[in-house]
Amino acid sequence: MTPLAKLLEAALFASARPIPTDELAALDADASKAAIAAALDEVREHYDVDGHGVELVEIGGGWQILTRAEYTEAIERAQLASRPARLSAAALETLALIAYRQPLGRAEIEEIRGVSVGSVLKSLHERGLIDVVGRGEGMGRPLLYGTTPIFLEYFALRHLEELPRSDELAVALKAEPRPL
Amino acid sequence: MTDGVQFGGYTADGSSPPPSFVVELTEFSGPLDLLLTLIREEQVDIYDIPIARVAEQFLARIRTMALNDAADYLEMAARLLRIKAQMLLPRGDGGEAWDDPRAELVRRLLEYQQMREVVDVLERAGEERRSRFARAYIPLAAAPPEAPLALSLSELLAAVDRILRTTKDPTMHDVIARSVDVPGAITLIRALLALRAHAMWTDLVSRDAEPWQILSTLLGLLEMAKLGECKVLQPRPFANVEITSDAASEAA
Repeated sequence: MTPLAKLLEAALFASARPIPTDELAALDADASKAAIAAALDEVREHYDVDGHGVELVEIGGGWQILTRAEYTEAIERAQLASRPARLSAAALETLALIAYRQPLGRAEIEEIRGVSVGSVLKSLHERGLIDVVGRGEGMGRPLLYGTTPIFLEYFALRHLEELPRSDELAVALKAEPRPL
Repeated sequence: MTDGVQFGGYTADGSSPPPSFVVELTEFSGPLDLLLTLIREEQVDIYDIPIARVAEQFLARIRTMALNDAADYLEMAARLLRIKAQMLLPRGDGGEAWDDPRAELVRRLLEYQQMREVVDVLERAGEERRSRFARAYIPLAAAPPEAPLALSLSELLAAVDRILRTTKDPTMHDVIARSVDVPGAITLIRALLALRAHAMWTDLVSRDAEPWQILSTLLGLLEMAKLGECKVLQPRPFANVEITSDAASEAA
């Protein structure tokens, strides 16, 4: 591997979170964007071609080294690491709405889901998947929620645009969701 | 559409009875989810929902669940019955456009269905990510704990000695205890009351009395009043306090 690829590999290994490309670029002031991209490719190929137990994944707005899926069960069985708890259907529905229509208030979510969502919002907030991004107009100036980088990471998304556009969904809404 | 919804279960028009299996309502994430499931099971057109049939099915399902948890579902049930009633109203024959009372429900169902599609996408993506681990990371403490103090007794004494030598002679203050003497005050008051049955506060406390003496006398007086040895009377605020020996008054 080139020195730049090794440097990026070390940085990716040291970080707990995905590292965005521009932060990777800051590691070496002389490296161009293209050089960083090439070095990332080099690391990824190194893992894939040589057959490593980990892989380099673009995720959550950055790059991260993850274990390969086939070893997950063995790792979990040995209690070395455990998968995060699965989200409930109620949590997923709420997240889906916030992802598409953020900033979004509690009343709108309840209107669409047809159930009260107070406790769901609380637990999503506690897990860091959503955050308060502002306050709405109108009575009580309701809290408005949006998704966080942890949301992208949880769903292995690079960015929100990776979610299907509303016109790609089988059922298109008449009221167009806000552009992401 | 004239079939009626009966809370007992079956419609009069001979449509098939609701499925006999018990539905766990926790499998639905809300009334819209249940409604959508019913529409799918019945294979009806979402734009032309047979409201009466669907409402009946809906009620049949929610009857199996505890009422406390059913508020959201009951609200939907009420909505369905209202739409059903509106459907029964005669439609104007004229050229007026007919407002389908189901329109709002259809809009909400479509909106909900679209959200469910996104949920499927998210679920798959989340499952994908859950199957891989990132490097576990334990953040370092902000400041590493300090090393335990390694010091011998002689070093400690030498340090104390150094400090003492660099400081000037300490100024010594004599602290005189002026404790409150309640028993002494009581003795004095008793002696005074033995001489005269009535006394005034000003008889007990001289003008140049020190604060601790005033305090002692006050506490002593209150103690004696509590014990019933004397009566204390102040005719009006800030007036001189009159003290009467109880023994004297009884004797009188």
